[in-house]
Amino acid sequence: MAQETPVVTRFMRERPDDSWQFESARAYNAAYTRLERAFAMGPEAIVEAVRQSGLRGKGGAGFGTGQKWSFLPKGVFPRYLCINGDEGEPATFKDHMLTERDPHQLVEGAIITAYAIQANHAFIYLRGEFAIGADRLQQAIDDAYAHGFLGKDIGGSGFDLELVLHRGAGCYIAGDETGLLSSLEGERAMPRIKPPFPAAQGLYAAPTVVNNIETISTIPWIIANGAEWYAGMGVNRSTGTRIFSVSGHVERPGNYEIELGMTFRELIEGLAGGVRDGKRMKFFIPGGASSPWLLPEHLDSPLDMDYASSELRTMLGSGAIMVFDETTDPLLVSWRLAKFYAHESCGKCTPCREGSSWIEKVLYRMVNGQGRPEDLDLLLSFGSNIVPELNAPFAQTTICALGPSTMSHVVSLDRWFRDEIVARLERDTARRTSLEIVTVGGGADA
Amino acid sequence: MSADAVRMSQWPSEQPYVIPVAPGPDVATVTIDGKEVQVPRGELLIKVAQDHGTYIPRFCWHERMKPVGMCRMCLVEVEGMRGLQISCATPVTDGMVVHTQSPGVKAAQDGVLEFLLVNHPLDCPVCDRGGECPLQDQTLAFGPGESRFVEEKRHFEKPIPISDTVLLDRERCIQCGRCTRFASEIAGDALIHFGGRGSATEVITYPDEPFSSYFAGNTVQICPVGALTASPYRFRARPWDLDSVETSCQQCAVGCRGALESTSNRLVRLLGVDLDAVNQGWLCDRGRYAYEWVHSDARVTTPRLALEGGLAEATWPQALDAAAEALRRARDEHGPDAIGVLGGARGTNEDAYAWARLAKGVLHTDNVDAQLDDGLPAEVVLGLPRATIDDLDRAAAIVVVGPDPKEALPVLYLRIRAAAEAGVPVVDVSTHDNGCTPFAACSLRHRPGEVATPVAALAEVLAGRTTGSDADRLAALLADRDGPVVVVLGRPSLAEPATAVVHAASLLAAVPTVRFLPALHRGNVHGALDLGLAPGLLPGRVTLDAGRTHVGAGWGGVPAARGLDARGILTAAADGRIRTLVLLGCDPLTDFPDRPLVERALAAVGTVVVVGAFADAAGGHADVVLPTTVWGEHDGSGTNLEGRVQRLARKVTPGGAAMEAWRIAGELAARLGVDFDLELTAEVQDEIARVAPAFAGVDAAVLRRARDGVVLPLADHADEIAWGPAPLGAGVSWEPIPAGADAEPVPAGAEAAVAPARPPAPPVALWEWRGPAEPAPTVPVDAYALRVVAARTLYGADRAVLESPSLAAFAPRDAVLLVSRTDRDRIGVADGDRVRVTSARATVELPVVADARIPQGVAFLPANRAGAGIGDLVDPDAAVTDLRVETLR
Repeated sequence: MAQETPVVTRFMRERPDDSWQFESARAYNAAYTRLERAFAMGPEAIVEAVRQSGLRGKGGAGFGTGQKWSFLPKGVFPRYLCINGDEGEPATFKDHMLTERDPHQLVEGAIITAYAIQANHAFIYLRGEFAIGADRLQQAIDDAYAHGFLGKDIGGSGFDLELVLHRGAGCYIAGDETGLLSSLEGERAMPRIKPPFPAAQGLYAAPTVVNNIETISTIPWIIANGAEWYAGMGVNRSTGTRIFSVSGHVERPGNYEIELGMTFRELIEGLAGGVRDGKRMKFFIPGGASSPWLLPEHLDSPLDMDYASSELRTMLGSGAIMVFDETTDPLLVSWRLAKFYAHESCGKCTPCREGSSWIEKVLYRMVNGQGRPEDLDLLLSFGSNIVPELNAPFAQTTICALGPSTMSHVVSLDRWFRDEIVARLERDTARRTSLEIVTVGGGADA
Repeated sequence: MSADAVRMSQWPSEQPYVIPVAPGPDVATVTIDGKEVQVPRGELLIKVAQDHGTYIPRFCWHERMKPVGMCRMCLVEVEGMRGLQISCATPVTDGMVVHTQSPGVKAAQDGVLEFLLVNHPLDCPVCDRGGECPLQDQTLAFGPGESRFVEEKRHFEKPIPISDTVLLDRERCIQCGRCTRFASEIAGDALIHFGGRGSATEVITYPDEPFSSYFAGNTVQICPVGALTASPYRFRARPWDLDSVETSCQQCAVGCRGALESTSNRLVRLLGVDLDAVNQGWLCDRGRYAYEWVHSDARVTTPRLALEGGLAEATWPQALDAAAEALRRARDEHGPDAIGVLGGARGTNEDAYAWARLAKGVLHTDNVDAQLDDGLPAEVVLGLPRATIDDLDRAAAIVVVGPDPKEALPVLYLRIRAAAEAGVPVVDVSTHDNGCTPFAACSLRHRPGEVATPVAALAEVLAGRTTGSDADRLAALLADRDGPVVVVLGRPSLAEPATAVVHAASLLAAVPTVRFLPALHRGNVHGALDLGLAPGLLPGRVTLDAGRTHVGAGWGGVPAARGLDARGILTAAADGRIRTLVLLGCDPLTDFPDRPLVERALAAVGTVVVVGAFADAAGGHADVVLPTTVWGEHDGSGTNLEGRVQRLARKVTPGGAAMEAWRIAGELAARLGVDFDLELTAEVQDEIARVAPAFAGVDAAVLRRARDGVVLPLADHADEIAWGPAPLGAGVSWEPIPAGADAEPVPAGAEAAVAPARPPAPPVALWEWRGPAEPAPTVPVDAYALRVVAARTLYGADRAVLESPSLAAFAPRDAVLLVSRTDRDRIGVADGDRVRVTSARATVELPVVADARIPQGVAFLPANRAGAGIGDLVDPDAAVTDLRVETLR
């Protein structure tokens, strides 16, 4: 039977009623005691330990955390740490929980990370809707200041850190690391051209590290238990644990922190109880709405980031697994996702701005019986102008990865359900007395 | 110039980002579509390709703005780089191999255009851009033949005004961000931005705040579709019906190059031409739309003579005879000093020269002044070491002493702002916050009339002679920077004599690295001063005495002694000592600060000869009106504030019988017994080159062929001349229009045949002025009074504004007193309330408005407004003017 491996979720399970409170976190989770060890190690040793641990970003891209930190140009100050808590990927709800349930773990991780990269100013960019999380996190920050864990000369180390909680105003693209930086600067959240990368010129054009909340929350435990401990968990280059947010048609939806390398079947059928009401699974989305879909036949594949991309042509992304049962209309799912991306496209670059709403309009027609047999190929054809060769997300004509994301579900429709959909479009066409191409509504704001 | 990093925009962020450039040799060898070219490392690929004949399509990229990479149209394939690269944000490095026509690139271009056309309405037949539209052109050249989009396009209300002159059609907008980036990056007026997201993205203004930028018209010019249209041009013409010439704007002394366009003998548009050394493609809205006044109904185009019952039409011989007779009688009966000539700063160099010759060489009067007591003494302006506008970019520091450049010389303001953005420290010396304050490295504030105080301290710092905490901070700003210190020097306030600023200039001029850019009013004021329309001076920047032999030889004599300046002339006229007064294209009633004096003078003078385009220039006092052609109707040359002589072009045929002012001078001279023997503009130019020392070598042939004009004196600037038209470039309105469209082509290698073998040195040493100047008296502060600062704003009750409907519509006209909020509250009134204002001279009623830029104790009086104002309140002889302000209760 599959087991969870709680690391960042351990304490919140042990003290479900007060895990977010300073006294509780200090008494039962030894919060902030990892700081002493970190200060003793020194910045370089921490970066090296994180690199050794194999920790990879848990926001979606899975970039090596230690490697990211080591990209900061030497001797250029000030530097900034930005913690990405915008968690906008549909069906992802792990950072939400980490913020609400264990904010001190996050603050402690932020202090260690800021120390490691020698930043004296850190920002937590929190999704605006996380009201309780924002209150608790702000309380945690205030408590940390009050007890000398933030501010000047933390714990006599000589290290100063100001930590600011910033609440977003509701925008998916603020979760892109450069969109987040623009938003933090007080501008519209629009992604930036790379290069320059944030490590060289990020927030206020200064060297900046942007890490996800789950990534930062893991840092204290790598410091406490050592890089080998963390590297000893997981599989291949996917070390350690990850939280998977399982949702959709399953018996027990929720967040599950597991050791990487477990199979999808163990996670979905074991921990999450399988498809609800005894139905059969039709397909599932393995890593957030931006990832291409998988079928039940892929359930025995391991949760391994590199395996997902190389063998399954998808990604573990944000760790949000959405399960759909046999009653689901994949076209309707695709349209709903398209609507989301059309609504959230920031409008900065042409292919995504125009393409995302075009995709939505075509899918809306298809869902509503106004499709033509050639429409699926039309989508793939103009979609390939956003994602050349349709191998999302590895090539794109857009500035950021939102562009390719708008096509991943269309690619999945074509990959797994082409015959079903083309047959349906032919049926719809035959049923119509005349070819009547009308827009039934839709649009980004419909 | 190779670089290790290229400035870029991470718009909407305004932080200073750069694109790193890989190291390598300074001259990179790049292969573009199989063609190998040598280019400086770090130049942008899109620009390099364009300069070498490969046009990469683009929408968001503009040569004069930082790359932003939004439209994705300029994608190209670079060998060794994954995926397609945006060539607008890819600096070239050695060995780069680029393909701009590969199948992958073609597919991407096709795709981007198809996307852009998804929501773009195909209303080209009723779109102003149709026919010169980059989206049209590029769709034809690079795009798909047909759209596969069968759904409904997005809809918005068709055009909505975002300012008084700019209309926005959001359906046509392709969200390239050129306008929004121009507003924040170039103009510094970030009044438009994007609103909405995704395909609902639209350009918006802030609530209740229109896009009221002096530079808004540029956004229309650079818009790659018909989303932004300008109400003055909207629906006036189709591009294929337009005829175009290159000329210089004459609304102020910056002399921006523009393409002046007409259809059916009517001027309809002025577009900025990208003259690197001057305006770099930009215009201010006043310059852009002021062509309208050329077609004003109020213009006079037939000669008039005063008869009983008013002015009556006359023939040219009748009017010329009458004018010549009045001049002769005044000279013969009362001596040359009984003649005065006012104005000439709005004509061409040729006009100025011919009138200087008529006044000084024929009539022998030195009572000649092109400035109307609103500038600086001519011998100061002409005698100071001059900077060029380009010096701003390489300056150690820029010091602004004078009127607010944003109001007085808008495009110079853009250049100052650009230099500041590039790191040149700007020192803003003023009585109040002004256009330069937001980006000034240092703002020095002084009380009205005391400009010399901070300047004295600044001069000490520049000379490295002083220490102290403030001085050290200032010195630190300027430290380690080579290059000249460029001082923009003008009259800070019309409510005080020029004494204080002349004193300040003398202090700065003592510092060896200081160069000046004079900030004077009126478009060709420098041409007029350079050509002798000022007391005590002769054409070519020489004094009466220095030029007596050289100039006098050609002319047959010059005045015996220095004459009167504008105020002297008007005072003498009011006293009855001037018998015949010539108003040469000037409006003293609106332009001369002391309006009561003008009224007295015009009433008292025997004969008033109006040489100009408006018969009412003398109020009701004109005796003879000789109608002249105006800008756009005549060719010739003009001189800008850096001393650059540029061609002015004729675009429309003048209506009626208007004649060039220089020809009128010749006709009058002939009637006075002197044959100028000048029939063509080129002949006047050749005579100027012969007679006026500063113009040595600048003859008609050189002017015709020098692409960017010639900076005087030629001997010092010969290397800067570019011969012939610009080589390559798109040449359509939305992209930088290369300068030199009207310059006579000079084949490569033939420059030597055109350029004088050795730039001729002036035959007479040019006048130099190094002070000393007397300090202005300090007047004790009256704590209960407000001290007046009076200066012109860009728009006001000026002729060019009032007679241009588009400008008149949004120009504030009524007099107002701007004070600090504290002073307004102390007076106890609300904004807009009328108050009683008392100076030593008079008591008037004025509305008062609080303005955050004005410090306590200062009252700002816009000088170019109708109604009670500077002329009523200010005594021109007083060092400063203090006002008592009381409520009417």
